[in-house]
Amino acid sequence: MKKVISANQAVSYAVLASKTQVIAAYPITPQSSIVEMLAGFCAEGDLQAKFINVESEHSAMAACISASVTGARTFTATSSQGLALMHELLHYASGMRLPIVMANVNRALGSPFNLKADLSDSLSQRDTGWLQFYCESGQEVFDTILQSYRIAEQILLPVMVNLEGFILSHTYEIVDVPEQNTVDRFLPPAPPRECLDVDNPCMFGATTDFYINFRYKMHQEMEKAKAICQEQDAQFQKIFGRGYGLVHSYLCEDADMILVTAGTIASTCRIVADRSRAKGLKVGVLRIRLFRPFPDEEIRQALRNAKKVAVIDRDFSPGCGGIFAQEIKSVLQGTQSGLPVYPFIAGLGGKDVTDKDIEQIVEQTHQLPKPGEITWIGLLK
Amino acid sequence: MDRSAQIKFPIPEEDLVYSGHTACPGCGAVLALKYVLKGLGPRTIVVIPPSCAGTIVAPFPYSALKIPILRIPFESTAISASGVRAALDAMGKKDIHVLGWAGDGGTFDIGLQALSAAAERNDNILYVCYDNEAYMNTGIQRSSSTPEGTWTTTTPSPYVKDTPKKDIVRIMAAHKIPYIATASIGYPLDLIKKVEKAKEKVGTKFILIFSPCPTGWRYSAEMTIKIAKLATETGVFPLYEIEDGEKYYLGQKHKEKPPKEYFSIQGRFRTMKEEDFRRVEEKVRKEREYLIRMTG
Repeated sequence: MKKVISANQAVSYAVLASKTQVIAAYPITPQSSIVEMLAGFCAEGDLQAKFINVESEHSAMAACISASVTGARTFTATSSQGLALMHELLHYASGMRLPIVMANVNRALGSPFNLKADLSDSLSQRDTGWLQFYCESGQEVFDTILQSYRIAEQILLPVMVNLEGFILSHTYEIVDVPEQNTVDRFLPPAPPRECLDVDNPCMFGATTDFYINFRYKMHQEMEKAKAICQEQDAQFQKIFGRGYGLVHSYLCEDADMILVTAGTIASTCRIVADRSRAKGLKVGVLRIRLFRPFPDEEIRQALRNAKKVAVIDRDFSPGCGGIFAQEIKSVLQGTQSGLPVYPFIAGLGGKDVTDKDIEQIVEQTHQLPKPGEITWIGLLK
Repeated sequence: MDRSAQIKFPIPEEDLVYSGHTACPGCGAVLALKYVLKGLGPRTIVVIPPSCAGTIVAPFPYSALKIPILRIPFESTAISASGVRAALDAMGKKDIHVLGWAGDGGTFDIGLQALSAAAERNDNILYVCYDNEAYMNTGIQRSSSTPEGTWTTTTPSPYVKDTPKKDIVRIMAAHKIPYIATASIGYPLDLIKKVEKAKEKVGTKFILIFSPCPTGWRYSAEMTIKIAKLATETGVFPLYEIEDGEKYYLGQKHKEKPPKEYFSIQGRFRTMKEEDFRRVEEKVRKEREYLIRMTG
């Protein structure tokens, strides 16, 4: 059924449709409406789940880990400072190989204090062993949550679904919320796995010198994860008629310049690409949807004909620059060494990234023969 | 015939703690764990944070316990027990006890926030703190359970700890949870009875177990039980129960001995002087009066 809902509501409807069994969450702007809605579903009996009102995000993730290791399908949602507070436990969730799904509503990290969109919160968790998706629309958020449970339960690694605060989380759009029996066809109950069980006692989280072997196994699973994400996306497409891929390319095939970004900025980039083409400049757009594991093959493929790449980062690693720009450079290393990468930082702290901003990026990238230092877009005077 | 049927209060003969664990000789904490698991039985899932207990039971790929173990980060014992319980409830598994097992560092200090939250929600878990009055696993650093006048590696002489032990029992009582008890490895029957009582109750149950540590308290290993008993006999660690945060029950009266007898045989109190003993005696007396008043 088509509904006009916010992306936060799309998250809640997806968790309802996923028949999640344990939810533990702590409210934080701009995530709060997700947990409020889920608490409502549980209170009204629409969702037969245990809802734990925890006292912190740290405990929210600890509860998800413990419930998941006992065998339940679990969910939590957070943002920014909350995600940072969970950091320690994010490693535990992946280290214990638990299929937890979490929505993170991207928001800037303090200080200074800012409630608006910025991807630095989740990107600074990139080494925690979680798969990370970055979404562009309410529909994609809904669909990605469903896909995430399938993926997580297949490879036994946790998945983080990211959506930008306010810009996406609070934007109302038409979202197709499918019938439950259709969802059930795609997402059956989780397959059995090793869990805490009094009839078969075992230990999770032991002290061990085999640490390196555990990490190696995680690495192997992460390598497989790309193929599994693709399989599940294809499976999803068969049932629902929608698919997303690991990256989304727009007019990249013959583009001289490709704008690379994540999340909602891509929508504006596509409009600017069309305008640029009308003026005779062949611009394409590559949106990175899956960030961990990083879809290196798909990115190299999409960029193979380009002459210039401009990366627009709504995130920032002090002392280094945009995080996507780093990743793109590393993917291109040794393959297309001549392809110049122009780094741009834009939209930090929820600053609007307008079509004019992106036109400026295109113009600058077009004019400059070689990439220089990072260009900051939208600094206030 | 089963020997246990002949005695008034049968203690299960089966041990859920294997021999061959890695505790120090004379460890009080491992006795506490052994007794609590006798009380709870094999259908128990235990959550353990980093601690002596975690080290004792869990050198991979071995386990010293015959029950499932979840080891989680330091702050999270109580919420992890709650998470396990939520999953069991969601999956319709009813007859399983969920035990949170942490030391005083994991309870009085870094785990207090999650413990308070679990107690406030009255989650259906048994939380046991084995209290050895300092961070023993990391090498005898002070915790907020460390009593006044104690030497530790982070309160070295002459700057021994100069503030009193945090009263965790009163903090827990303020949450009005169904059951709270103090117990001691010096009195195993009393301890196991308290566990049996706790497991009949629904909601958050909290037991504080006095668990002497020869390594950290600087006494010789064969004195563990003697010191545990002395703590109660001198009134330093009184045994009592609290139901619903209000109804107090004092344990049976023990022969009263002067607290100095307890303090003077442990190396960790070696800098205490006569005036310190007098001050401590006064505090012990006040606490006893308080408990008698609360018992009514």
